[in-house]
Amino acid sequence: MPALAAAPVAGLAVFYVWPLATLLTRVLEPGSVSDALSAPGLSHVLWFTLWQALVSTALTMAIGFAPAYLLARFRFRGRGALLAMVTVPFMLPTVVVGAAFLALLPNSWHGTARAVIVAHVFFNIAVVVRLVGAMWAVLPTDLTAAARTLGAKPAQVLRFVVLPLLRSALWAAATVVFLFTFTSFGAVKLLGGAANPTLEVEIARRATQLGDVDGAAVLSLLQLLILGAVVWWSSRWQRRATVHLGAGGVARTARARHERRFVAFAGALTALVMVVPLVVLTSRSFRLGGGWSLNAWRMLGSSEVRPGISLGVDPLASLLTSLKFAVVAALVSVVIGGLAALAIAAARRHGSLLDVGLMLPLGTSAVTIGLGMLITFDTAPFDWRARWWLIPLGHALVATPFVVRALLPVLRSIPVDQRAAAATLGASPLRAWLAVDVRRVLRPLTASAGLAAAISLGEFGATTFLTRAGRETVPIAISRLLGRAGEIPRAQGFALATILLVATGLIIGVASGAARADGGARAGGE
Amino acid sequence: MKKALLAGLAAGLLLVACGSDESPSSATPAAITLVTYDSFPTKDTPLNTALSAFTADTGVVVNIVTAGDTGTMVTKAVLTSGNPEGDVMWGVDNTLLSAAIDEKVFDGEPSEVDFGDVCVNYDIGWFTDHGVQPPTTMDDLLLPEYKDLLVVENPATSSPGLAFLMATIAHTGEDAWQQYWTDLRANGVEVVDSWDSAYYERFSGAAGSAGEKPLVVSYGSSPPAEVVFADPPRDDAPTGVVGSTCFRQIEYAGVLRGTEHPDEAAQLLAFLLSEPFQKELPLTLFVYPANPSVALPEVFTKFAVVPTNPFTFDPATIAANRQQWQDQWTEIVLR
Repeated sequence: MPALAAAPVAGLAVFYVWPLATLLTRVLEPGSVSDALSAPGLSHVLWFTLWQALVSTALTMAIGFAPAYLLARFRFRGRGALLAMVTVPFMLPTVVVGAAFLALLPNSWHGTARAVIVAHVFFNIAVVVRLVGAMWAVLPTDLTAAARTLGAKPAQVLRFVVLPLLRSALWAAATVVFLFTFTSFGAVKLLGGAANPTLEVEIARRATQLGDVDGAAVLSLLQLLILGAVVWWSSRWQRRATVHLGAGGVARTARARHERRFVAFAGALTALVMVVPLVVLTSRSFRLGGGWSLNAWRMLGSSEVRPGISLGVDPLASLLTSLKFAVVAALVSVVIGGLAALAIAAARRHGSLLDVGLMLPLGTSAVTIGLGMLITFDTAPFDWRARWWLIPLGHALVATPFVVRALLPVLRSIPVDQRAAAATLGASPLRAWLAVDVRRVLRPLTASAGLAAAISLGEFGATTFLTRAGRETVPIAISRLLGRAGEIPRAQGFALATILLVATGLIIGVASGAARADGGARAGGE
Repeated sequence: MKKALLAGLAAGLLLVACGSDESPSSATPAAITLVTYDSFPTKDTPLNTALSAFTADTGVVVNIVTAGDTGTMVTKAVLTSGNPEGDVMWGVDNTLLSAAIDEKVFDGEPSEVDFGDVCVNYDIGWFTDHGVQPPTTMDDLLLPEYKDLLVVENPATSSPGLAFLMATIAHTGEDAWQQYWTDLRANGVEVVDSWDSAYYERFSGAAGSAGEKPLVVSYGSSPPAEVVFADPPRDDAPTGVVGSTCFRQIEYAGVLRGTEHPDEAAQLLAFLLSEPFQKELPLTLFVYPANPSVALPEVFTKFAVVPTNPFTFDPATIAANRQQWQDQWTEIVLR
């Protein structure tokens, strides 16, 4: 279905490929590649980037597995809240979570790889829960029930039935986590200390602190090559591992005693791990003058911190700006991502090209895209520099692959014979598509709209590198407040971070609530 | 459904298209754009009020766009040299000025608009409690009584970090600074990546900080900021400045080459140097006005330190050596 692919391909070409190509052709000179690759310390940077990403991914997959199972398979009180709790950290700007972890971790951990890895796991559990959980939720329960009836022990069911069925989602999740931790920027800068830069940090340093844009461009290409290879390789595995499933599974309440115990224990532990850093973060907004105070919150409504003294950061106004951007970004990324997922699923063979293409922006250093846009859209009537919509568009570039990731496993698992059956029963192709495909996709589509909005709300990296006019977004406002000397701006920064946290939680809660309501209606209709 | 999706896409594009009317660079002839760094306020401060007064007097509307931190802003200015993002640029400092001038970013000479100092700050309470005198010279930092007490920023990633490295180079000379940092490392200096982390996470003197190091590389104007932003209000500063460790940072503004409004841009630049604008700088950006006729607020005269002989290098020397200094420093201190 090439028509479906047209919009995503065009968007990608105009707002990603073109700027990047313009930058490369502008700055690269004959000696650039050898200069950049022979720079002292590069091997150290590459090695650190790689091993911390591998360790972070492995740990995240291992730790995220239990909550993914819990949230996909069981209905229990507080499930929605737990799901939001797990997802929120992923959406928060790294500068905020980094600050919370600095307060939480013992001083001997500051500036170590350990601190970076712990934060990475905390950030990315959401990816495992979301991606693996989405698949797990549609696994037919009768398969596992059948295995158990045939005498399989729980470990055997997991090993021979569940894991093979989940494999494509596991690959997808591991790929995304690897991509995120490999390109980690904020957490590494804050927690890793000066001795542990990732490739992404090094690229930004060269471009912005040394003015070495061609060196940065070369390293950005190197990073793309590495990640492109990883994503391509993994998407082949994913396709091979895709299993076509019949009827979806249903989440249920825990019945057996060991199940109830698992739900209680895993639920409590997950909540604890996710909540402690956020509580530390929130509590900091109430710390003033060595005691507790509400003053930072009282002063949130205006940018004045003392009569006549103002930082020019209006926290509440920044919230409105961010919400507007979030709506635009969600709209764009759901439309583009939805079309792309359909095209990829329909194409089967060549689809992986578009799939990898949409993931590329995630692996490209934000500073190179920002600088590329700057010198690409610079002539009237296309002088788009400092246009407000470039920012939500940048957010959409980041969020779209998540929409695709969330939809694709579901779309791929729709058996062809269901559509064929509908056709046989006299449904027109459109009717069959509506009845079979759209119905299944509606739920993950709503959820991914929320996900995209939340990603936009917390996006920091791309926003900082785009030239901005007017109000700052919430993450930018937070980093400015936290970046000033003096106690009030600091506490206000944490207060605003708390608001962001709640807003993100609400969006995710509403989106998954809508998805649940839809799921319920569907179950009722069937 | 396909149609619905297409309609949605069209609606999205329409939204984007309509929204672009709000953009600041649309066609009113007397509107010009001031390009500046992130921490420059875009609304609501006395600086912005002063700019509104300028608009009322001259009819020239000033839109502010922020281009990132100072380094990012200069990188962008170099890439867009001749076809700039705005008409006037505020805030290029002396560590980056050479690159901007070499790449012909400005039309004519940029002017000095403000200055500040990067100095070692100390936690007054900690030194009183421990019965230790705070250090007074650069060489004091190598003494055993100050072992493990100092936290600095990485000069490769942080502008105060770079300023302090240059202070040590100016102090010891081009051939001896490597030994100074070897000794400083042996004396337990801690390095973090950013000023935020150093000041708020590691330094013990910032109000509300959980840090435990009583010495930090920060600004000469940090003590007044501690007073101004204290809650509950206080009338003494919790921190002090070691005046002999300071490096002078100077910021410049200039008309960007390629501007379509050279007259209005020149008018704005003159206003940025005038008293009504300059007098608002201390309490909004925590820097000193370059215009010497401007009086300082009391909290500055009381708690800030303006060193008599701060270290400094001319922009060309900095540009020629910066990367080499950063690389050598990384080898000595981090590897």
